[in-house]
Amino acid sequence: MKKGYFGIFGGAYIPEILHETFRRLTLAYEQARQDPNFWQEYLDLMENYSGRPTPLTFAENLSAHFGHKVYIKREDLNQTGAHKANNVMGQGLLVRRMGKKRVIAETGAGQHGVATATMAARMGLECVIYMGAKDVERQRPNVFWMQQLGATVVPVTSGSCILKDAINEALRDWVGSMDDTHYVLGTACGAHPFPEMVSWFQSIIGIEARQQILKQAGRLPHRVYACVGGGSNAMGIFQGFLDDPQVDFIGVEAGGEGIASGRHASRLASNAGRLGIAHGYRTLFLQDDDGQMRETHSVAAGLDYVGVSPILAHLHNIGRVRFASASDQEVVAALKILMQKEGLIGALESTHAVARAFAEMPHMPKDSVIIINLSGRGDKDIFTIADALGDPGWRTFILDKAHQYQKS
Amino acid sequence: MHAATPSLLETCIRNSPDPILLMSHLVLGYPSLEENRKVMDAMVAAGVPIIELQIPFSEPIADGPVIARANQESLANGFRVETGLNFIAESVQRYPIPIIIMTYTNILMAQGFDPFIQRAAAMGVRGLIVPDLPLEEAGDAIQSCQTHGNNQLDWIRLFTPTTPDSRLELLGQGASGLVYCVARRGVTGRHTEFDPQVMAFINRCRSATRTPLALGFGVRSREDVQSLRGKVEIAVVGTAAIEIHLSRGAEAVGSFFAGLR
Ligand SMILES: Cc1ncc(COP(=O)(O)O)c(C=O)c1O
Repeated sequence: MKKGYFGIFGGAYIPEILHETFRRLTLAYEQARQDPNFWQEYLDLMENYSGRPTPLTFAENLSAHFGHKVYIKREDLNQTGAHKANNVMGQGLLVRRMGKKRVIAETGAGQHGVATATMAARMGLECVIYMGAKDVERQRPNVFWMQQLGATVVPVTSGSCILKDAINEALRDWVGSMDDTHYVLGTACGAHPFPEMVSWFQSIIGIEARQQILKQAGRLPHRVYACVGGGSNAMGIFQGFLDDPQVDFIGVEAGGEGIASGRHASRLASNAGRLGIAHGYRTLFLQDDDGQMRETHSVAAGLDYVGVSPILAHLHNIGRVRFASASDQEVVAALKILMQKEGLIGALESTHAVARAFAEMPHMPKDSVIIINLSGRGDKDIFTIADALGDPGWRTFILDKAHQYQKS
Repeated sequence: MHAATPSLLETCIRNSPDPILLMSHLVLGYPSLEENRKVMDAMVAAGVPIIELQIPFSEPIADGPVIARANQESLANGFRVETGLNFIAESVQRYPIPIIIMTYTNILMAQGFDPFIQRAAAMGVRGLIVPDLPLEEAGDAIQSCQTHGNNQLDWIRLFTPTTPDSRLELLGQGASGLVYCVARRGVTGRHTEFDPQVMAFINRCRSATRTPLALGFGVRSREDVQSLRGKVEIAVVGTAAIEIHLSRGAEAVGSFFAGLR
């Protein structure tokens, strides 16, 4: 198979001006991968900076409720509150090796932007984050933190003003700045080597989860659930069990207002994704007959994306990963249960995996062992969740706060 | 793989008596196809000898803000590829000059690479520029151009300042029609200083191929074009013309081009 391809997916569809940059990045990545010291340095950094290994929590109450053994992988406990830290710290170490001084990144939910800004602060790098103007609006707390961390946040007003447009804008920066700048892509998408490289850094999730479940449950899980935006947290946990054919994987996409409504971001489960090439790689995209990318919708900004990891598209094609979706409504309902039964405030993205597991568990044989990857925590979603729940106290608080600002 | 006889596009460039040719760039459907038509009439009347028509794409990663916005607004106004292709076919008939299509890979892929290229060849399009389809991935497309083009439709390659000599050579070997030289890092739109660095780049390009060179990205004024005389066969003017069209209308674009040489 051609390098950077996973079945018919992947590749590197990049402008000629970036060819040399990608050649050097691929080389640096391959060298790091062969160097055991690099991975050890990465493990040490993640242990001491990001609190890894993250726990695998036995969800006692959910287990009792559903009659299964439910385990939750706690990526929400990472530095900055999501699995995104794994990828950015890894790429940060690579940036050091390559001697670059500036990093840029796209962000949807803002989680990857915050993680990148954190990494840049820690590693002494200049940092610019591109974020769709619509996402800037719905994820203000993360914008605030990125700025406090010293990053410049550029709201992107082109296209549909969301994640895909932020990727385009970051690429536009990179074609001019590649000499001193690295583009820290936030998910397992894009041109080779990104899908493979990001998955490698995220594999730390699955490596830990495998050891933890064997220790705690004394066996491998029947099923592993993960939400899929670009696919990095899913690739991260699935890789721990890829060689165990008895373990089933379920990737959960954003069902938005329902697949039938057309307002969703489900590329695989909906069967609506068509083979295409954009953002540097070949995968199944939500696009129209002309090849123009469609608008996507999700309550979770981090899942609101037209493409999907070429590696996952391949694993889907060969039947290794099953895809499903969860609607905005199901996600909000599941989040309530997760909070009240386990005391866990999951990110809206991550809660897609939870919602789908809740929907499927009643149909599984009793005492099944299940792992749900909780890719991030939900603090950042406080405005969105409060709206979705229609919380009156929150509304009053915001109105009062606005009133105070107006007076001062 | 150097074609034994030069293609129609290359012959047209070589046979021109002008010391430097201008190639203009339009985004189809922006602001409308009717306006595109008016601008093209004005360009051809002003002596523009090659026109590049961009089929809009929702993810124009290699374009700067002005052209990216043009892509987006054209799509927002309901641009469809089928209408665009018909417009291109009409343009080929209407003007006695070579027409080149510029677009992104996914637009070809949505129609099928081979059917798209077959149709472009049948329409009489003289070249294809697809900035996100690098040589490594372009094998089938190049093959289709050769099969259907019969030496009349060129797959146009790009040279950039970051391309090392060894790769310029690799790209240059199979080049036909013209080679599009990207004058500097970055996207379209910003002005380029045509300084010794750019001239050194042009020399590197020249050493790598016998195919005519078209230099683009940031060519905006008569001075720019003058400084490229005798250095490259073609100067590509894109963003500057779009800006003039927007601010001063189609006729102004004609006088702009007339004043460039
Ligand atoms: C908490 C969280 N989970 C999941 C995702 C989706 O990304 P991926 O599919 O790459 O894991 C995001 C993206 O922003 C996120 O913030």
